[in-house]
Amino acid sequence: MGNILLSSLVFSPLLAILVMSFIPGRHAGVIKQVGIFGTLPALILAGWMFGMFDYETANLQFVEKHNWISIPIGMAQAGTVFAFEINYELGVDGISMPLILLTAIIGTLAAIASWQIKKRQKEYFILFHLLLIGMLGVFAADNLFLFFIFFELTLVPMYFLIGIWGYGEREQAANKFLLYNGIGSGIMLLAFIVIFVIMRTLNMDEITAILTTPGHPITEILTPEMRFGIFLALFIAFAIKLPVFPFHTWMLRVHVQAPPSIVMIHSGILLKMGAYGLLRMGIGFFPEQAYDFSTWMAVLGIINILYGAVLAFVQKDLKMVLAYSSISHMGIVLLGFASMNTIGFQGAMFQVVSHGFISALLFFLIGVIWDRTQTSLLDDLGGLAKSMPFVSGVLLAGGMASLGLPGMSGFISEFFAFLGLFGRLPVMAAVGAIGIVLTAVYLLRAILKTTFGPTPGRCTGLADAQPMEVIPMVVLLGCIILIGVYPAVLGNPMQQALKTIVPIVTGIGG
Amino acid sequence: MEVKDIFSYDWSYLLPEFIILGFATFLSLLDLFAGKRLGKQVIGWLAFLGTVIAAIFVIINMNALDKPYSYMIDMIRIDDYGNAFKLIFLAGTAFAILISLSYLKSGEIQHRGEYYYLLLTGLLGAMVMASSADLITLFVGLELLSLSSYVLVGLRKKSQLSNESAFKYVVSGSIATAVLLFGMSYVYGLTGTTHIYEISFRLAEAGMAGYQFLVYTAFAFLAVGLAFKISAAPNHMWAPDVYQGAPTPVTAFLAVVSKAAGFALIFRVMMISFFNVSDGTGSGRFFFEEGSLYLGLMAAASMIIGNTMALRQTNVKRMMAYSGIAQAGYLLVPFVPPTSLFFGEVIFYLFGYLLVSFGAFAVIMVVSREQETEDLKGFAGLYHRSPVMAIAMSIFLLSLAGIPITVGFFGKFYLFMGTLVVENYWLAAIMIITSVISYYYYFGIIRQMYMRPGTTEAPMVVPKGIWTFILIMAIATVLFGAFPGLVTDYIQIHFNPSFDFGNMLSPSSQ
Repeated sequence: MGNILLSSLVFSPLLAILVMSFIPGRHAGVIKQVGIFGTLPALILAGWMFGMFDYETANLQFVEKHNWISIPIGMAQAGTVFAFEINYELGVDGISMPLILLTAIIGTLAAIASWQIKKRQKEYFILFHLLLIGMLGVFAADNLFLFFIFFELTLVPMYFLIGIWGYGEREQAANKFLLYNGIGSGIMLLAFIVIFVIMRTLNMDEITAILTTPGHPITEILTPEMRFGIFLALFIAFAIKLPVFPFHTWMLRVHVQAPPSIVMIHSGILLKMGAYGLLRMGIGFFPEQAYDFSTWMAVLGIINILYGAVLAFVQKDLKMVLAYSSISHMGIVLLGFASMNTIGFQGAMFQVVSHGFISALLFFLIGVIWDRTQTSLLDDLGGLAKSMPFVSGVLLAGGMASLGLPGMSGFISEFFAFLGLFGRLPVMAAVGAIGIVLTAVYLLRAILKTTFGPTPGRCTGLADAQPMEVIPMVVLLGCIILIGVYPAVLGNPMQQALKTIVPIVTGIGG
Repeated sequence: MEVKDIFSYDWSYLLPEFIILGFATFLSLLDLFAGKRLGKQVIGWLAFLGTVIAAIFVIINMNALDKPYSYMIDMIRIDDYGNAFKLIFLAGTAFAILISLSYLKSGEIQHRGEYYYLLLTGLLGAMVMASSADLITLFVGLELLSLSSYVLVGLRKKSQLSNESAFKYVVSGSIATAVLLFGMSYVYGLTGTTHIYEISFRLAEAGMAGYQFLVYTAFAFLAVGLAFKISAAPNHMWAPDVYQGAPTPVTAFLAVVSKAAGFALIFRVMMISFFNVSDGTGSGRFFFEEGSLYLGLMAAASMIIGNTMALRQTNVKRMMAYSGIAQAGYLLVPFVPPTSLFFGEVIFYLFGYLLVSFGAFAVIMVVSREQETEDLKGFAGLYHRSPVMAIAMSIFLLSLAGIPITVGFFGKFYLFMGTLVVENYWLAAIMIITSVISYYYYFGIIRQMYMRPGTTEAPMVVPKGIWTFILIMAIATVLFGAFPGLVTDYIQIHFNPSFDFGNMLSPSSQ
């Protein structure tokens, strides 16, 4: 099929980059407009594809495949040259399709939030769109080499976006981001190449098929120990991205130092690449090893939940509260994976999407508050409800969504994740559920402190949300509630794809 | 084998060497007799012309010969292995001349004529090193390259730094040569011949006859002596001083041409000579067991030393020197032990390194000239002064760091593949970790360029010629990074059919 829909989606931000590079930097207003409208093609295409997506099949859709690179091994055997092939392969299934839509939505909204960027707008928006290409590509890639390139493509723009447009200690944050993620990517690359040299293919579907076929000839080379080694490498690589407890420090810095629009992207999408990779590659390739490891995953998940929640409670900075809250919520993703059944996986993926929207909303609000008060310290804030009733209302709603109020997306995801885990590791699930209580405690503390209580001088007479700011809030809140009241919108596309992973897992687990 | 009548050979295959020799001689005479009247640029352009014509004849040779052609029992041997390296040397020298044309205008170097024909004689030495299978010829080539380089390094007569570095280069170079010769004398003592293919058999016999310890000693001395040319540990100490003191185009010449020649020599001498020697247990081959392990340790040490020492540098040329040590370490990885991917890996990596090094050194040259300092701080605010230079430099640095989509990334990917095929996990791990460490200092320059204010905001004046050169290098870096197949296919089509280990390892039939 001469189908280039997915490629056009992934590379559509190039159009904006091209236009912007011809606009002189001093026309900041025009550049901002191009920057915002430049995200629309991706959004429209993603929405359209989501509409056309066939829920009934677990196969990849919108597949594209082209020959790209061939690495000759040099020994011509019987006239044929033996070569490693690397193809350009894109395709989406029920797991990646919603994530692409999520990326496109948050991309557009973050571009709107970038309206507040006050310096070097041209560079900012060019890098922003490069980042967008990387993120869309990660979810669309069906080839490990391509996946890795897109994954790395997010690294460099992020470095600049944090390092140039961040707050006070932006350069340290950018360096830390770079080094941690560099290590993660390095380990990932190692795992990919080991897979490549053993299996001679980088196509994700083919690899899954080879690895999950019992008695495939490759089994002789790929001992269980080796499989576990590769699984562990992949797990660590994606655990750094997610982030999982001992590897999380970089992410705190990024959340605090990066500009709000970039934190929206970072917390909303980039962390999710870790979850996606873990499910698609870690568990998808090595279900058996993942099953053996799942208890540890649950333990790490619980540590994430409780550690994040406890530390979020004592933070003085609203940004730090939300950063730790992200860690806590990513723990729920791990718990969902650890359950190793459809319900749990569904919970985890729901959490991925839902947390994407919620954290994007909350960080957007922090940006709005910062814009008016120049602070995000809890001690300096208070009584915002008086002057900014709308913003405060949305903040409260976002907080409610985050702590899992029924009717909003957070509830559904946590419910599914824990439901899945109770089926397998009830004790762990019970311990993890304490986290939900703690979430309520720290979020309510932080939000009440911000919106009510005594009003410091700097928090009086502030302007409420501008129309430009209302759009992202309403859209994000709308998505959160939509998933909350009608989860099928997300559940249906995922169903088939998750069903293909689970039988393999349960077939092994008995 | 008997020596044929000297006129019975077809000397046309040696045309590339003759052309370079002719141009070097002609230019030195021209400079002597007409130097005053001719613009010095003319000599430079003529030298450039010489490299282009020689390159054309190398390509003609590649097409004309389908098996190695040997002169006087492999004293000179034209094969694809040598031709591939020769193309890299010729391109490197041509680039050095191109960037010199604008550099030398400043009158920093008094003896411009000498400069160009010394580059040519150095090139000739390198070409001989790549196309001989006899220790004597190889050594003559090595000395020709070395002596030319010594003078080139010290060519800034008025600069104390240049004199100091030339002196250091001569002294340490001579010691390395002595070590190498000492190793060669062991080889000769054990075998009674200087013909590498003869050595290959006789060394094996010597090993069997109980002289194993002497064989190992010879190997160690050869390795240490040859490590000098590629600036690999344990013989890397000279590089930072020499790189700093030498005129920048000469630094680039040393970093690429001289280093590539060293690699050509290492493989030819070490691998072939020791190919048949069995290892201590008698069950395997020495070169593929202990020998390559020894080279692997050298590679690991170079990567670690180069990348960690570079972190502390404030002079950008010293930093590039340490980076070059690390790159030598990466390039030694395919030797551990050589696989059928070896040739493609080395040539591809050198090709990428050629583009990137010359690009980076050209930018360094322009910036340090304009700022009158080689300190890293000279790069501060470069982006505001000359966005093209800054973006190009970023591309080169990203390529050196091995981040997609650059030619350096695929080069490293290729090396990883090669080393993981033989399950060298430890070397791959060191490579990954040190690569990530290297991010820190490569991004240090990027940080200066984009995130720090410079002393001035005035647009930087870049000479048109060098501007174009840098731009082309940057585009090529990205182009071959996105489509590495262009190069791998070229290598496959033009070198591989007649190049394989059997062909390489056996003497020519004539």
